[in-house]
Amino acid sequence: MTAVDLPAPRRSSLDVVLRARELGIVLALVLLVAVTTISNPRFVSGQSIRDILLGTAILAVLAVGQAVVVITRNIDLSVGSVLGLSAFTVGTLLQNNNLPVLPVLLAGAGVGVVCGAVNGVLVRYGNVPALVVTLGTLYVFRGITYFWAGGSQINADELPAAFLDFGTATLVGVPYLVLLAVLVLVVTGVVLRNYRMGRELYAMGSSPQAARLAGIAVGRRTVGAFVVSGALAGLAGVLFAARFGTIDAAAGTGYELNVVAAVVVGGVAVFGGSGTVWGAALGALLLTTIGSALAVLEINQFWQQAIVGGLILLAIGADRLVAVRVAAGLKKRGSHVS
Amino acid sequence: MAAGTPVLRVRAVSKSFGAVAAVREVSFDLYGGEAHALVGENGAGKSTIVKMLAGVHRPDSGTIELNGVPAELHTPADAKAAGIAVIYQEPTLFPDLTVAENIAMGRQPLGRFKTIDRAAMVRQAAQLFTRLGVSIDPNRPARGLSIADQQLVEIAKALSADARVVVMDEPTAALTGVEVERLFAVARSLRDDGAALMFISHRFEEITALCERVTIMRDGRHVSTELLAGITVDEMVRKMVGRDLGALFPKQDVTPGAVALSVRDLSRDPVFKDVSFDVRAGEIVALAGLIGSGRSEVVQSIFGVDPRDSGTVEIAGKALRPSSPKQAMAAGVALVPEDRRQQGLVMELSIERNVTLPRSRSLSRLGFLTGGRERRSAREWTERLTTKYGRLSDEVGTLSGGNQQKVVLAKWLATKPTVLIVDEPTRGIDVGTKAEVHRLMSRLAAEGVAVLMVSSELPEVLGMADRVLVMREGRLVAELDRSEATEESVMFAATGQEASL
Repeated sequence: MTAVDLPAPRRSSLDVVLRARELGIVLALVLLVAVTTISNPRFVSGQSIRDILLGTAILAVLAVGQAVVVITRNIDLSVGSVLGLSAFTVGTLLQNNNLPVLPVLLAGAGVGVVCGAVNGVLVRYGNVPALVVTLGTLYVFRGITYFWAGGSQINADELPAAFLDFGTATLVGVPYLVLLAVLVLVVTGVVLRNYRMGRELYAMGSSPQAARLAGIAVGRRTVGAFVVSGALAGLAGVLFAARFGTIDAAAGTGYELNVVAAVVVGGVAVFGGSGTVWGAALGALLLTTIGSALAVLEINQFWQQAIVGGLILLAIGADRLVAVRVAAGLKKRGSHVS
Repeated sequence: MAAGTPVLRVRAVSKSFGAVAAVREVSFDLYGGEAHALVGENGAGKSTIVKMLAGVHRPDSGTIELNGVPAELHTPADAKAAGIAVIYQEPTLFPDLTVAENIAMGRQPLGRFKTIDRAAMVRQAAQLFTRLGVSIDPNRPARGLSIADQQLVEIAKALSADARVVVMDEPTAALTGVEVERLFAVARSLRDDGAALMFISHRFEEITALCERVTIMRDGRHVSTELLAGITVDEMVRKMVGRDLGALFPKQDVTPGAVALSVRDLSRDPVFKDVSFDVRAGEIVALAGLIGSGRSEVVQSIFGVDPRDSGTVEIAGKALRPSSPKQAMAAGVALVPEDRRQQGLVMELSIERNVTLPRSRSLSRLGFLTGGRERRSAREWTERLTTKYGRLSDEVGTLSGGNQQKVVLAKWLATKPTVLIVDEPTRGIDVGTKAEVHRLMSRLAAEGVAVLMVSSELPEVLGMADRVLVMREGRLVAELDRSEATEESVMFAATGQEASL
């Protein structure tokens, strides 16, 4: 067959919409920062930005894992509990025990891998919706942590200085935790976009039936997605421990809702098949910034939840609107016999 | 023409689901460069054969050989790797992914570090479309493609896999004439490139136009494999059904009664304009015309599913409000819609629920539906229509196409309509069930029901109707009596020109 000369591949309309979607979040962020800064210039001070970035780092690592699961048309509600279990595990390991940072990171991720594998196996072989399975494991993992901790708490003064340094140290002004989150984001983003494995996750979420018929190892990929989400939640647990230094059995309680909110606001479709980890990370940044901004603007913290909820509805509404528009546009562009 | 050894041999395969033997000891060969038709009534086991070739089901016994070597097709991935591509009746694309990605899924061209080379992927898709003679933008998402275009994408997938065996399971069911022609042109070129084609269809004219060989199945068994040159359609039908069908169009002569449905100047911009006609009790009136001429829209407007701009609809002299299916149902109108999957049935609900759905109010006591009454009523009607099913509580989606259509019919007939509107009543169902549906319509008419039938199948129109109304571009252009209606006269009216038959 002779090669056909084609113009350089254009951006598909879907791509454009997704870009626009992420652009929307960036605009919202800029607006938010601008308004808050006018009201209180200290909002853009080094310390304030560092706080926001550190908070975002933990949420973004969780959101990236969650996005991987949501793209396959599943959900992982257990991430907050996995974070807690992992944080308490590394805290116990490090209690009066000086270990280098790398094995600690691996240990935390390892705890997460085990939890994620449990989720994935239950979803795959139990044939139960992920929502139900992970709601169950949310309580189970948290229960294990409570049982193990028995009301005790690990304080910063029991942790080795090297580990606490890792939580605060920076490289050319950027905290290590943020660098780690960016690394996770980039690696996951590239795998999802440019590797067969990643595309298969999108395919599964887009049409599970078609994915099976296309010969995709749906079961294995499902377990894999949950393992990734678990591992990242475990990693986030280590970041949590390093940042706060004080760990009790309740660490990370309620985080799962923030994470799902970040993912949805970031434009990952809850029915799977579309969205990017970049969007999810931006969602995490937006939610964290809102939290800080409200404090600076001296708006009652209680409003935060209402605002986050409103944002979710706005995000879903915008997605729906765009989807209807795009669908109408696509119908008109049928094929033509040439 | 076929020569040498077969590409794929199916050797005495059997497959049971629970106690039901779907396929028993079926054998046939597929040759490269040959199109092979697989025919049989609904439930004859064709789909089970397809799913075994696709690696979805594993045969309980028997073997499938590829080029003389037994093939283990445990998963769809195995079948794909073995060079078998299956094009299902309902396309299986990923709506969120681009067309190019859909085609390349699992075989994406790789660049550095095993990353997907998107430019190459899009180029490949564009080349495939050039080869198929269609222009679909490889960069657009699959969502929103017409069924015909989706099927073309599926074919491009098969092409890109260099499939040696291409199985097409009723690919033409939802296509128009032009689209079928295009599909066939592609299928022929595939075949001429040496692929072995397996083609499943209920339309004999398509089978004779495309295939060289035919395998006939009945009740899960292999009946015979013949060269199409050596068998007539009548013989095929007899072998499929295993009995004489009697007339395929058992029209009883009825003296029409009073006007049951009267439509005057019905218009809906821009779909149809000034449509007027009557249907009398006991009459079967066919609404013929090309796809897109506005027939379905007219009947949906009569029933009130679609709005109307102007005009009146009267049932036995009483006017119906526009856009009120509820009132139409109360007046005794029933509409069996064209697309049973989308409009006719709730696929996830049980058979009994589907049958009794429009009557759930009258069947309920004090506002509660009691299982017993529902079940009794459902059993009565499914038996009357000789529906084949496992249990009444099974999901409707598990039934074969013909039996689903019977459930839709049962559902509406149970409302005891005086005006029955059927839209493509026999699309995608086998010849045996077709005859049953026709007999049923004829009997209903004899009992005094006014039947309005939208149909694209000319033999059905000519065989069943007392009168034929022909629509072209939204207007009623001809009314032909049974004696005047011929293929030529209907086509002439439908196309506005001398039919080139």
